Amino acid sequence: MAVARSATAQVTLPTDTQIRIVRVFAAPRALVWRAYTTPELVARWWAGQRGEVTSAEIDLRVGGTWRYVMVSPEGFEVAFHGEYREIVPEERLVTTEVFEGAGPDAGAALVTTILTVEGESTILDQVMEVSSREVRDMILSTGMEDGMQESYDALEAAAAGLTGPA
Amino acid sequence: MARAATTADAFNAIAEPRRREILDVLGDGERPVGDLVAALGLAQPQVSKHLRVLREVGAVDVRDEGRRRLYRVNGAALKPIHDWVARYAALWDERFDALDDLLDDLKRPEGTDGGG
Repeated sequence: MAVARSATAQVTLPTDTQIRIVRVFAAPRALVWRAYTTPELVARWWAGQRGEVTSAEIDLRVGGTWRYVMVSPEGFEVAFHGEYREIVPEERLVTTEVFEGAGPDAGAALVTTILTVEGESTILDQVMEVSSREVRDMILSTGMEDGMQESYDALEAAAAGLTGPA
Repeated sequence: MARAATTADAFNAIAEPRRREILDVLGDGERPVGDLVAALGLAQPQVSKHLRVLREVGAVDVRDEGRRRLYRVNGAALKPIHDWVARYAALWDERFDALDDLLDDLKRPEGTDGGG
């Protein structure tokens, strides 16, 4: 496929409970770190082409929390939040991650992001550790458009059920 | 929850690290079981057991050549897994492409907003 970008994300499954993503950026590490940890900047890339980031909150300290919200063109809201566990500026970020649409069984994932300088580029190496293979498979299936639609439908149905008498 | 039921069997088969190693070795070409035993450092009965699981889900094919049985990877059986992961990768590609654009913007004007 002829694309201008040479870089693509390499996704692998190192163990039953992990998803690893490696991606090279043609930018200094300090900038990648800024883009990853500054709310106004996260808002500009985190939704990709699937919607708009409506809120990005970051309290960048160990024990501090973050929360990102995006809204799809169809009006579905998707939110994630977590707590920072380890912060080595520009090098390493360890945080929990909770998808607010998932059931309580899914639990929090632990996401370790490592940035390495490679010449003029920066290598991002991110490993997400989840509680079970089922959870991992569920997360992987969110990449599927129909799977996505199904979860949105389920979410909508669940939300509709919540609008009854409080 | 949306589970990819059609790939569940192959997923089970390759969930075991040793079986992934077998697929790695076979990825280089057809091999008799003896080569796998040597490459993995496992006893033959264990290797045979893993091969049986891989064959059951179609991840590995076997053929007889004289007195030898040769095993090989069946890429078609593994394709659903590859495709599945590829779709997840596509989501991140979108995200990271947007991040590329942002980084290009950040590289141009130095310190337009005083930084974070």
